[in-house]
Amino acid sequence: MAEQARTAAGPPDAERVAFTEAAADLLRSLTGMHGPLMFHQSGGCCDGSSPMCYERGEFRTGEGDVLLGELRVDGVPEPVPFWISASQYEYWSHTHLTVDVVPGRGSGFSLEAPEGVRFLIRSRLLESDG
Amino acid sequence: MSRYAAPGTEGALVTYQPRYDHWIGGAYVAPKQGGYFENPTPVNGQPFTEIARGTAEDVESAVDAAHAAAGSWGRTAPADRALVLNRVADRMEEHLEALAVAESWENGKPVRETLAADIPLAIDHFRYFAGVIRAQEGGISQIDEETVAYHFHEPLGVVGQIIPWNFPLLMAVWKLAPALAAGNAVVLKPAEQTPASIHYWMSLVADLLPPGVVNIVNGFGAEAGKPLAASPRVAKIAFTGETTTGRLIMQYASESLKPVTLELGGKSPNIFFDDVSASEDAFLDKALEGFTLFALNQGEVCTCPSRALIQRGHYRDFLDAGIARTERIVQGHPLDTDTMVGAQASNDQLEKILSYLDIGRQEGARVLTGGERAELGGELAGGYYVTPTILEGGNRMRVFQEEIFGPVVSVTGFDGFDEAMSLANDTLYGLGAGVWSRDGNTAYRAGRAIQAGRVWTNCYHQYPAHAAFGGYKQSGIGRENHRMMLDHYQQTKNLLVSYGEARMGLF
Repeated sequence: MAEQARTAAGPPDAERVAFTEAAADLLRSLTGMHGPLMFHQSGGCCDGSSPMCYERGEFRTGEGDVLLGELRVDGVPEPVPFWISASQYEYWSHTHLTVDVVPGRGSGFSLEAPEGVRFLIRSRLLESDG
Repeated sequence: MSRYAAPGTEGALVTYQPRYDHWIGGAYVAPKQGGYFENPTPVNGQPFTEIARGTAEDVESAVDAAHAAAGSWGRTAPADRALVLNRVADRMEEHLEALAVAESWENGKPVRETLAADIPLAIDHFRYFAGVIRAQEGGISQIDEETVAYHFHEPLGVVGQIIPWNFPLLMAVWKLAPALAAGNAVVLKPAEQTPASIHYWMSLVADLLPPGVVNIVNGFGAEAGKPLAASPRVAKIAFTGETTTGRLIMQYASESLKPVTLELGGKSPNIFFDDVSASEDAFLDKALEGFTLFALNQGEVCTCPSRALIQRGHYRDFLDAGIARTERIVQGHPLDTDTMVGAQASNDQLEKILSYLDIGRQEGARVLTGGERAELGGELAGGYYVTPTILEGGNRMRVFQEEIFGPVVSVTGFDGFDEAMSLANDTLYGLGAGVWSRDGNTAYRAGRAIQAGRVWTNCYHQYPAHAAFGGYKQSGIGRENHRMMLDHYQQTKNLLVSYGEARMGLF
C-alpha cells in the first residue's frame, strides 16, 4: 500500500523518466565503483533542479517522496530508482524527464561530480508523447 | 572602462598559487590520498590552479586541529576575539581590489560587483560580528528571593561549514564571522567549483588567526562534505545549497543529533503594483532597476527576483521599459569595470540554464528578450555566458517554479492585491521577495502576507549586516546576517543557584 501511494500518479505504463546513452555509460561506471544506485531530484538554490545520484539507500526517502520510475540500464544489475519530493512533483508532473550527462563540476553530494561530469535533466511535455 | 589584468599575468593584482592543499592547523597539508583536481575560471573555461581532493582522512585531521584550537579560542575574551575579527576586516580592506579580482576570476562574476558588494559586505560582516559579540549579554533571572538562574553563552566547540559557489568569499564570511565571534573553531569546505579564492583570502589573513581556528578542507561533497556533515566530533553543520543535499545533511546530522542551519534557495517574487508607474520619476527608474536585478550575479543568487509579477494596469508599459532596461545590460569580460553580467560559474550550470530555456519554450512561455547562450568569442571563447532573458508565461510553468539560477526572469500579470499574494505564495520556497508600491499601506500589507523570510520593500538585493536573512517553507532553517545567528553557534548554559540554607524538605 505504502509503495503504491508513493508511486507517481497516471497511467501505470506512462514512462516518466528515461536516460541517454551517455547517462547509461556513466551509470555503468558508477555502479562498478559504488554498487547499486539511486537518484533524488533536487530543487532550490545552486545545484538545485539537478538530479542527485547516491548509493542506493544513502538518501532516505519517505512518505513525502514519489518514485517517478526505475531506470533499467544494460549492464547495471539492479534498476536505478528515480525519486522526487511529492511537493516538487506537483509542479513537474506534466513533464517527462530524461537523465543526461554534461561536462562540469556540480557540487552537492552526487557521486559523479569527482569524475568531472554532472547529471542533467532534459524535459519535454508529456502531452507531446507520440 | 578599465580592465584588471587576469591573475597571474603581467600587472595583475593577484597571483594564484599553482596548487592548493588543505589548510589544517595553520599550515598547508597535502591530501592523504594524494589526489588533486583542476579548477577552471568560468571567464574562459581554462584551469588556473589545482586543488587537493579531500577525503575522510583529511576531514579527520582538520577536525583534530580544530579541537586542539577550540578550547583556548573559546576562552579568549570576547574583546580579543573581536579584535581578531576587526584586524581581519582591516586586512581585507587593505587588499579589497585584489580580493575583488581574485573572486571575479574564480566565479566569473563582474569585478564591478565584487568591488562594490561582495568584498565590502564581507569586510563589514566581520566588523558587525566583532561588535555584536562585545555587546552580547547573558541573562540573570531571579526565581525567588534566594534562587537565581544565570544564563551564559558558550561556544559549541568545533563546527562544520559547507559553502556555495555563487558568492564564494561572502558566503564563507557569512558563516565564519558569527562562528568565530561566538568562540568556535571551524572546519570549512568550499564549493568544488570555487575552491581557490578562500585560499587567497587565507594568504592575506593567516597570521591574524590562531592556528586551527579556521581549517579549510577542499574536495567534493560525496568525498569530503559527507564525512564533515556526519562527523560525531562536529557540533553543528551549516550549509547553503539545494534541497536534496539539505535533506541529506539533516539526515547525517541526525545520526549524532547535531543542529543544522540550512539556506536552500527560493523562487522569489518581485511584485510591481500599478502605482509604481504613476509618475515618470526617480522612483520608477529605481523600480525598473529592481526588475532588472534578476540578472545580478548572472542570476546565481538564492534570492534572484526570478518571478516578476506586474499589475495589469501598467503591465505593458512597465514590461516594455523593463525589456529596454534589460537590453542595455553590458555583458562581457568580468574583469572590465563596465561589465554588469559576466560568466555563469560552470559548464553544467550553463547547460542547466539552457535546458530550462528549452522547457520554458515547450510550456508556452514567450521569450521577450535573450533566451540563448552568448558567444562572446575572442579571449572569452569557451566561457559560460547566457544573454539576460525575459520569459512571459503563467505561474504553474516550471520556469516559474524552479530556481534556474541564471539571468532569467519569468513575468506574469495580476489584477488585484489578493491575486498578487496568491501568486507570490504559490511556490515551495520562501526566501526572498520584492514589493514595489508608492502606497505604504499596500506595501506593508503585502510584506506581511508574503511567506518569505526577507521582503525587500521598494528595494531589492541589498544584504547589509544587521538585517536577518533566511527562509520560510523549503528555503531552509535559521537566520544569517544578524546578531541572532550567534544563537545558532552557541549553547546556553544555565547555572541555577540557591543562596539559601534551608533544605527543600522532600527527603
